Amino acid sequence: MQLTLSDVEKVARLARLKLAPEELDRLQRQLGSILDYVDLLNEVDTTGVAPMAHAADVLNVFRDDVPTASLPRSQALANAPKASEKYFLVPPILEGN
Amino acid sequence: MSLMDLSACELLQKFHSREASALEITQDALSRIQSRDSQVQAFLSRDEEGALAAAARIDRKRESGEPLGRLAGLPVAIKDNICVQGWKATCASRMLESFSPPYHAHVTERLQAEDAVLIGRTNLDEFAMGSSCENSAVQLTYNPWNLQCSPGGSSGGSAAAVAAGMTPLALGSDTGGSIRQPASFCGIVGLKPTYGRISRYGLIAFASSLDQIGPFSRTVSDAALMLDVLSGHDRRDSTSMNLPPAEAHRTIDSPVPGLKIGVLSTPLVVGADSEVEASVSAALQMYQNELGATLQEIQLPNLKYGIAAYYVIAPSEASSNLARYDGVHYGHRASSFSNLTEMYEASRGEGFGDEVKRRIMIGTYTLSSGYYDAYYLKAMQVRRLIADDFTRAFEQVDVIITPTSPSPAFQTGALKDDPVRMYLEDAYTVPVNLAGLPAISIPCGLTKAGLPIGLQLIAPAYQEERLLQAARMFEQATAWHQQRPATF
Repeated sequence: MQLTLSDVEKVARLARLKLAPEELDRLQRQLGSILDYVDLLNEVDTTGVAPMAHAADVLNVFRDDVPTASLPRSQALANAPKASEKYFLVPPILEGN
Repeated sequence: MSLMDLSACELLQKFHSREASALEITQDALSRIQSRDSQVQAFLSRDEEGALAAAARIDRKRESGEPLGRLAGLPVAIKDNICVQGWKATCASRMLESFSPPYHAHVTERLQAEDAVLIGRTNLDEFAMGSSCENSAVQLTYNPWNLQCSPGGSSGGSAAAVAAGMTPLALGSDTGGSIRQPASFCGIVGLKPTYGRISRYGLIAFASSLDQIGPFSRTVSDAALMLDVLSGHDRRDSTSMNLPPAEAHRTIDSPVPGLKIGVLSTPLVVGADSEVEASVSAALQMYQNELGATLQEIQLPNLKYGIAAYYVIAPSEASSNLARYDGVHYGHRASSFSNLTEMYEASRGEGFGDEVKRRIMIGTYTLSSGYYDAYYLKAMQVRRLIADDFTRAFEQVDVIITPTSPSPAFQTGALKDDPVRMYLEDAYTVPVNLAGLPAISIPCGLTKAGLPIGLQLIAPAYQEERLLQAARMFEQATAWHQQRPATF
C-alpha cells in the first residue's frame, strides 16, 4: 500500500496531530509497511461472518437512575492545564476576538 | 536470605506466624529497590512514606486481633497506567507527566481492602503500546537476567521488579501480550484473566475491547491468590462480568485429572528460536510422561491472521480512546498556538511519542471514510473467526499450550526501527486477547545464554481455575520458577 505524503498529512489533520516534516516522511514509510502487512487479511474469506467488536457477552448494561455525588469541582479542575476557580480555560474559538 | 526471596504465599505464612511484620517485609522491599533499581530502572517512583504507614497500620491490626485481609502486609508494585489516588498516573508519557488521578482504580481499592502495601509505580511502554519498554518517555528498563536485554513490554517495569526480587507481586495490563510476554522474558508468572473478569475501572484505556488487568508473581499459587482478590463484578465497568470472584487459590493444588492439552499442528511463527521450541517440547513431554496429560494436535487455521487483525483493531480503538487528550481537561497543553485547532494539534504532537503517534495514525486511517469496511470491518470479521477457532478447539481439549513468545528477550534497541518485526513478537499472545480468553505464562526453561523461556497456557473463558491448576501441575514438577537472575 503506497501512501502519498498528502495522504499522511490528511490523516494527521484528522487525528489532530502536529507532525514535523521528518515525522511525516517516516510515517509515510512505516504506515505503508504496516498496511502492507495488514493486507494479509484479504486472504480470508469473510463472506457472511458477523463482525466481533467485543469479547464480553454483555449488551446495554443499565443501572437505576439514582443521583449520587459527583467529583467535586476543585478535584475535577485540579489537573487542568489552565483553569479558573470554576471553569476550564480555552483559547477564544470565535473568529474576530 | 532476604524476605524478598520468598513467594507471596510464603510471606503470608511468615506474617501470620509472627516471624515477620508487615513493616519488616515492606522495609525489605524498599531496601531491595534501593540497592537494585539503579541497575534495573523498573520503578518510575516509589511511595516509601505511604508504604511504611500502610505496613504499620496492618501490623497494628494484627496486634489488636482485627480481621486481616488476604494480602496482609504484601508489597505490590503498580503499572503506571493504573490509577492510585494520591499518586501520579503518567502512562510513561509526556502527555500525562503531571496527571494525578482523583480516584482509585477498582483494583487498587481491592488491594488496599485486602491489606496489601502499594510500594510504587512501574515503567511501561508509553500508554502500554509496545513490547520492550523502549517506548517509555521516561526511562529504559533493563532485564534483571541480562542488563543488556529488554524486560519485554508493555508491563516491563512490573515484570522486572518481581524478577529482580524487589517485590513479590505487581500489577500489569495486557492488551496483546503485555503481561505474558514480559513475564516470559523475565522468568516469572504472568496471568491475563478472561476479558471482563477484572474491572478496568481506573485503568487508563488503550484498546478497550482488549485491555485486561492481571498480576505478576513468582509462583502460580501467588497468581491464584491475586486473581481471587482482584476479580469480581464492578458496576463502574460495564464490561465487567456479573460473576462471583474467582476461587482459584482454594483448588490450586488439585491436579486436573486426565488433562487434555491442545498443541498447534503448525507453528504461528516460522523460524522461531530453536531453544524456545526445544523447551516447549520438553514441557509438553513432561505433561504427557509424568503428569498424566494427553496431547492432541489441533487446527486453529485463522490464528495466523491474529497480528494483522490486531494491528487494525487495537490502533483503531486507541485512536478513538486517545482523542480525549486535547490539552483542555488534563494532560499536556502546548505553550504556543494561535487558535483552538492548533492548540489540539500542538499539544498532541508534543505530548505523544513516536509509537503512540504511529498507532493513532494507523487507527485514524483504518477508521476513516472509505477505508472502514476494508480494514476495521474486515478485521472484526477475522476476529470472529479466530474466536470460533478457539471455541471449536476447546470442544476437544482442556487447555492449549504454546510458547509465550517466539524468542527469548532481545537486546535493547534491536527491533526499534522495525515496527512490523516488533509486532510479530506477539504472534502467540495477541489471538488470546482477540478472543477474550484467559492465559498464563510460566517459566519453562533457560537458554544457553541464561535467558528465561516462557510457556503459555490458554483456557476457555472464565476457566481460570482450570488454567491455574494446569500451570501449577507443571510448577510442582519442575524447578524453573526457583531460578533467579545471576545478576543479583
